Amino acid sequence: MSKANLLDRRAVVKSLLADRKDALVVGGLGATTYDLAAAGDHARNFSLWGAMGGAVMIGLGLALAQPKLPVVVITGDGEMLMGMGSLATVGLQKPANLTIVVLDNECYGETGGQVSHTQAAADLVGVAKACGIEDSRTLQTMGEIEAYAKGLQDITAGPRFANVKIDSTEAERVLSNRDGMFIITRFRGALGFPPI
Amino acid sequence: MHARADAPAEQADWPEDIFAILRRFDVRQVPYVPDAGHSQLIKRVLASSNMRGIPLTTEEEGVALLAGAWAGGQRGVLLMQSSGVGNCINMLSLTQIFRFPFLTLVTMRGEWGEFNPWQVPMGSSTQGVFELSGVRVLRATHPGEVREVMEAAASQAYNACTATAVLLSQRLIGTKVFVK
Repeated sequence: MSKANLLDRRAVVKSLLADRKDALVVGGLGATTYDLAAAGDHARNFSLWGAMGGAVMIGLGLALAQPKLPVVVITGDGEMLMGMGSLATVGLQKPANLTIVVLDNECYGETGGQVSHTQAAADLVGVAKACGIEDSRTLQTMGEIEAYAKGLQDITAGPRFANVKIDSTEAERVLSNRDGMFIITRFRGALGFPPI
Repeated sequence: MHARADAPAEQADWPEDIFAILRRFDVRQVPYVPDAGHSQLIKRVLASSNMRGIPLTTEEEGVALLAGAWAGGQRGVLLMQSSGVGNCINMLSLTQIFRFPFLTLVTMRGEWGEFNPWQVPMGSSTQGVFELSGVRVLRATHPGEVREVMEAAASQAYNACTATAVLLSQRLIGTKVFVK
């Protein structure tokens, strides 16, 4: 069900992270974790294989702990819908270094493509804005994605929220590491924290 | 049995003991869903220059937040009421997956002279839910033991990365009065 005006999820994530510099990246449960892996393994990737609805809050905890680094949460519409209250929590804390990008294919691709609430009714940009995330927008072209990728590095102007309507065609699975102790130990190591 | 109003007028000593221990363990992020039993501690946290109080819309947000905080090098503690523990179940997976220093302080309802029957089901299963989820449970029932229990809980959570919950009993915080 490919639509011509929808973006390719792999191209979007690759472009967002092409010049990521020191950014810390959280990938939400589901296909966004594969997108993150497809863009290249990285010690500063925090990929989730569970804990649905928790991606934005993990990003918030990170952003508050590391205010001088850009923190980017990339997740899907289903995962975002489950943790929608966390947008209100972010709107209250207003971490200037946090960016949330939702790859919105309007369905639950991992479980058979059942339609999600964003297909007919839920407007996540409207929700984010109403929760106090003033810079909330829709990104529709690869040109806009490229410009947005540069903006992620600005740790003084967040929080930001972007919704990207993507093609719902399932991409090939590219598996990231799924051992939590490996992920967090490597991640903390990259920030200079030794194991306990 | 003693009773309390929603916002106790007089200062109790045990919340001060908790605050002092959290400060000593360098706790920085304090996510919470408010409870009257935590009100004095929440006030101290919000007035503190090195702790950040973070109001949540639902308790499981706090579990995920603390995983992120640890990934970024900070310790935290989650404050909630017993009714919120059930909201956390799936997110508590993170404590086993990442073995991060998870500490939560839970004010108990549904026990010790409870007036509201709606608090009883979750209050009765709070300890069991934690134990099934791999979280060690310690309990403080009397003001004089809070310091010791907190000290033990903070030590095992932050030094041994052992997920730990402290149940602050309704006997300790006082039974909520609905009808005088």
